[in-house]
Amino acid sequence: MTNEIKVIKDKCKGCNLCVKACGFGAITIKDKLAIIDLAKCTYCGACEDVCKFKAIEIVRDDVDRSEFKDYKGVWVYGENRDGEFATVVFELIGEGRKLADKLKEELSVIIIGDNSKNLISKLEQIGVDNVYFMEDKLLKDYETNTYTTVIEDAINAHKPNIILYGASSEGRSVAPRIAARVQTGLTADCTELDINDENDLAQTRPAFGGNIMATILCTRRPQMATVRPHVMTKATKSKSKTEINIVELTTKVSKDDLHTKVLDYVKETKGNVNLVEADVIVTAGRGIQGPENLKLIEELADALGGCVGASRAVVDADWIDHFHQVGQTGKTVHPKIYIACGISGAIQHVAGMSSSDIIIAINKDPEAPIFDVADFGVVGDLFQVIPKLIKELKK
Amino acid sequence: MHIVVCIKQVPDTAEVKINPETNTLIREGVPSIINPFDENAVEEALRVKEQCGGSITVVSMGPPQVESTLRDMVAMGVDDIILISDRAFAGADTLATSYTLGKTIQKYLGDYDLIIFGKQAIDGDTAQVGPGVAEYLGIPQMTYVVKIDEVFSDRLIVKRELEEGYEIVEASLPAAITVIKGINEPRYPSLKGKMKARSAELKVVSAADIDADPERIGLKGSPTWVSKIFTPPAKGNTEKIVDEDGSSASIVVEKLKKLQVI
Repeated sequence: MTNEIKVIKDKCKGCNLCVKACGFGAITIKDKLAIIDLAKCTYCGACEDVCKFKAIEIVRDDVDRSEFKDYKGVWVYGENRDGEFATVVFELIGEGRKLADKLKEELSVIIIGDNSKNLISKLEQIGVDNVYFMEDKLLKDYETNTYTTVIEDAINAHKPNIILYGASSEGRSVAPRIAARVQTGLTADCTELDINDENDLAQTRPAFGGNIMATILCTRRPQMATVRPHVMTKATKSKSKTEINIVELTTKVSKDDLHTKVLDYVKETKGNVNLVEADVIVTAGRGIQGPENLKLIEELADALGGCVGASRAVVDADWIDHFHQVGQTGKTVHPKIYIACGISGAIQHVAGMSSSDIIIAINKDPEAPIFDVADFGVVGDLFQVIPKLIKELKK
Repeated sequence: MHIVVCIKQVPDTAEVKINPETNTLIREGVPSIINPFDENAVEEALRVKEQCGGSITVVSMGPPQVESTLRDMVAMGVDDIILISDRAFAGADTLATSYTLGKTIQKYLGDYDLIIFGKQAIDGDTAQVGPGVAEYLGIPQMTYVVKIDEVFSDRLIVKRELEEGYEIVEASLPAAITVIKGINEPRYPSLKGKMKARSAELKVVSAADIDADPERIGLKGSPTWVSKIFTPPAKGNTEKIVDEDGSSASIVVEKLKKLQVI
C-alpha cells in the first residue's frame, strides 16, 4: 500500500490530542503544529479519529480487490505428530467454522504426513467440509521446506481465502515461510478473529508485551494467521452427519527437497511439561527461596494434574530448566487455572500468563503487582499455605 | 566461517506504561534496547567463531539511531556492522522486512555460511522475519534453537525446543537459525571492545544500494496493516484474603471446586 498521511497546517492547533492518541509515538508538536514521523506511523488512523479540527487526513490506497473473489474457503493447518492432531487443530476448526459461516464459505483441513489419511476419521461430525491430505514417507516428520511446498501448491491450485495455523513452534515455523513463499501477509499469535464489514479477516493480537492489542488486516489473499493455543473454543461433535469431501494432494517431493533431517526426538519425561496446552499451571517464583523447595510446587501441580512453570528469576538462578519458563522470554501460556506462587508479577512475567482464565496468586507482599492481574489473591507465606493446600486436595 | 546476525532495536517493553486517562502507550523516556533474544544470537555467533574461526557481520534495519546498538555489538566482539536505513523502508511489515534483509545479505554478504536471529522481537513478538529471510534466500531454517550441538564446514546439528520436548536436527550450510534465551548467557563488552566500537566503520545501506524493488519494501511491500490499536480490558477487582498459618487453604480448595478443577 502507498498510504499518505498529512497534517493540514491551517486547521492544526497543536492541541496535543493526536500525540496522546498515537500508539506508536509517531507524532510530536512543534510550533503548535503536529509533525508525523513516517518511520513510526502505521497509518492506523487513531490520530485522525481523535482530531477535533479535522486537521489530519489519511488517504489509503484502495486495495485491489479484483482477484479476491477467486479466493474462497477457510483452511485449518492440521498439525499432527505420531498419529494425533495437536489440540489446537480442534480449536482452529471451532473458530474456522464460525468464520466460514459468516462468509458463507466452506471449512477445510489440510493434513500432511506419512499416514495422514488415517487422521481424517478424527475430523468427522465437527463441521469440516473438506480435507486436503498429502501422504508421503518423506513427510513423516515436520520439515519446513517440503511442507511449505505442499501448501504452496495447494494454495495455488485451490485458492483459499483464509488459512489458520496454531501458534505452536511448528505453526510459527511453517506459516511465515509459506507467507514469504506465496507473498502474502501473516499475523502472528492472534487471540481474536472476526470478519469485518468488508468481509476481511480482522486479526487481533497483543503487542508490546501485552500492553496493547492491535487489529490487523491483510491486503492480499490468502489471509493467514497463527492463533494462540487454548484461546479459541474447540469444535464440538454435532449429531447431523455430514460427509467430508476428501481431496488428495499430489505434490512431488524428493529427498533433495528436504532441507533438514530430524536425527532424534526426545520427549521431556519429567511429568507433564506441555505448558502451552496445560489446563492447570503452578508457577514458582523467587519466593520459593531455593531449588530444594521446588518439590512443593511440583506436589501441588501433581495434586491438580497440572504443569510446573517458573519465573525468569528461578530459571536464571538455575533452579529449574528454561523449558519451564513463563513470560516474555519464555513461554506464553493460557491455562484455565494459573497459580502464581511467590511471584512478584513483573510485566515480563505477566505478558506470558495474563490471558489465563483464572489467576490465583500467593504472595507475602500485599503490594506485589501480581495481585493486580490475579482474580484471587492470598496474602500469606507460601510455605504455610501450599502444604495445607496439598493436604486438603489429597483428602 | 562467515556468520551473519540480524538484530533489531526495540523499545524496552518493560518500561512501556499505559496512560490511564487516554488508554494509550506512554513512550516518552522509554529507552531503546537491543532485542534481548538478538543478544543471545550475537553471543552464539561469537561462540561459533571462537570454535571455528571466521568473521561476524551484524545487520540491522531501522532509523539512524540504531547505530549505537550496532556499535555495542562491536564492543561485544563482532567484526562488521551494517545499518539498512532509508525512509523508503518505513512502515515495513515482516514480509517487507524479510525481503529487505534478504536482499542486503545477498548483495553484501553473499559468502555467508550461517545466519542467526533471535527467536522473535519483544515489541512485535511475531517470530516471522527469520523464516522470511531464510525463504528469500532459499536456505534451510531451524527455529527455537536451544543448543548448537556441532558445526562442521558444510553442515550443522542443533537442538530445537518444542512444546513437549526437544528435537535434534541437521541441516547443510548455509542455513538460518533462530535462538531462544536459554541457549547462552550473553557476555559483557570488554574495555578493548568498547574502544574498538567507537572507531569501527559503519556501513549504511539504502534502498538504492541494494537495488530494492520499490513494490516490495516499506508500506507498499507490506500486505498487513494495523487498522486499530486498543488497550486490553482490565481485570476486575481482585478478591484478596490474608492468610494466617495456612487458613486460606480451604478457601482456595473451595474456589477450585467451584471452577471444577477438582
